[in-house]
Amino acid sequence: MEISANTQAVAYLISAILFILALKGLTHPASARRGNYLGIAGMAIAIIATLLGSEVQSYGFIIAGVAAGAVIGTVLASRVQMTAMPQLVAALHSFVGMAAVLVAIGTYLNHDAAGTLNPVMMGELSAGIIIGAITFSGSVVAFAKLQGLVSGAPVKFKGQHMLNAAMAVATVLLGIHFGMTESMTSLVLMTLIAFVLGFTLIIPIGGADMPVIISMLNSYSGWAAAATGFTLGNLLLIIVGALVGFSGAILSFIMCRAMNRSIINVVFGGFGSESGGEVSAAGQAAQKGVKSASVDDAIYWMEDANKVIIVPGYGMAVAQAQHALKEMMELLEKHDVSVKFAIHPVAGRMPGHMNVLLAEADIPYDHVVEMDEINSEFPTADVTLVVGANDVVNPAAKSDSSSPIYGMPILEAAKSRQIYFLKRSMNPGYSGVDNLLFYQDNTSLIFGDAKDTIEGMVTALKGGGH
Amino acid sequence: MPDTLVALYIFVLSCFIGYWVIWGVTPSLHTPLVALTNAISGIIIVGALLVTGLDAVGTAAELFGFIAVLLASINVFGGFLVTNRMLAMFKKKDK
Repeated sequence: MEISANTQAVAYLISAILFILALKGLTHPASARRGNYLGIAGMAIAIIATLLGSEVQSYGFIIAGVAAGAVIGTVLASRVQMTAMPQLVAALHSFVGMAAVLVAIGTYLNHDAAGTLNPVMMGELSAGIIIGAITFSGSVVAFAKLQGLVSGAPVKFKGQHMLNAAMAVATVLLGIHFGMTESMTSLVLMTLIAFVLGFTLIIPIGGADMPVIISMLNSYSGWAAAATGFTLGNLLLIIVGALVGFSGAILSFIMCRAMNRSIINVVFGGFGSESGGEVSAAGQAAQKGVKSASVDDAIYWMEDANKVIIVPGYGMAVAQAQHALKEMMELLEKHDVSVKFAIHPVAGRMPGHMNVLLAEADIPYDHVVEMDEINSEFPTADVTLVVGANDVVNPAAKSDSSSPIYGMPILEAAKSRQIYFLKRSMNPGYSGVDNLLFYQDNTSLIFGDAKDTIEGMVTALKGGGH
Repeated sequence: MPDTLVALYIFVLSCFIGYWVIWGVTPSLHTPLVALTNAISGIIIVGALLVTGLDAVGTAAELFGFIAVLLASINVFGGFLVTNRMLAMFKKKDK
């Protein structure tokens, strides 16, 4: 069976609508799964319509590629740990980038063989190659940092930004030269430089800025698809590329806003490089004033509380403490304590990371509250329990104009009656900034692994209390 | 209107749709959003199919296309599946 170009165009339109509805489904958790199914339907229609079109004549390689990809993708998706989601996403981004490069080169070869090249098309496919290559190598670096294969610390050297700018200009010039002369040398050089550029663009960005990086690379992968759409004159690719590109761009914006930093500052910043950093005067003066507490102290306050707010951070993910937290939540609720989770937009290593981990532990999503909504509740909270978070509750962001995190919106844990920090050590957060909250009179630190500490609390609560 | 200009129209208008739709996404679903857009950007598979399926056997383009089909399929299958896995975990209190 072969369908006409018009039928195919209609199928692509239906597919595009389904993708838009899929994204729309994520407006609320209740409609989200249906959204995902609509996305699957859209993809299935797009693939079938392409295969049935007149352009696709040989199927051998296609069947082999799809079959192998299906197996690998299914295995990856069903085995991945929720804590490793940022790595998986980075890896998948790199695949889109590489696919865009390969499609562009393949298109060039096919049109070259058929003698149907033209300068506009060559310009478009150069754009596809450049964006795709940057997406690929940038995502590889992000993956390596997240997986701990390389240090998450920013790598900076003198003249780095000049070098990057020079490489960016060079890729564009080579792309134009290629478009005008069909010079194979320019094409190859352009591709190689773009790969290097993706690498050097991401290495100066620190681990704490990962939510922005993931969002940015998400955006790039969309633009890469859109550029491929222009090359092939395929409107579906253009529509979907624009949707994905904008999605990533908006997420990057939201993440930057949550840190009160501009995207330029993140890309060029290298935040968190000052290993240890200079502790502010206020911090040093208060250095002696840190109190430590035991699990029993915290339980004493929590089981008689009306309201407990838990602030999870990346430390919770590392310690895999979410399941223990869920158990503690249930026990506290039996004591008629209202328990809520407060989420800062940049907590964790990717946008919404904490929400997924808490959902994994079966914590109902109506207990999980975003920053803007929960901040007014801290003054009425009897206990705030900070689990592996740091910078996102640091009052220095509001009070100390010399602090690097000054101006960043924070969770106002400082306003609750009692604050307990679960911490492994006195090391400062990723920004390298000392946390003023440690020295507040009503703050106590409980040292140890977050999961062990919470399991200790669970045992104490089961023990019938005091 | 030349084809490239039509494509540009579509592109710009799609950007607006993207802008409005994405701002409506609830922050608690931002990780599934990244995973879903990841899966959707696997649409690049359409380009890969067109390159691979051209009726000329044994060319370099076919090999490049094959690898692209493979990578894009990993994205499509892995992306949608992992999104589904995540969304299945988001539950209300009394299910």
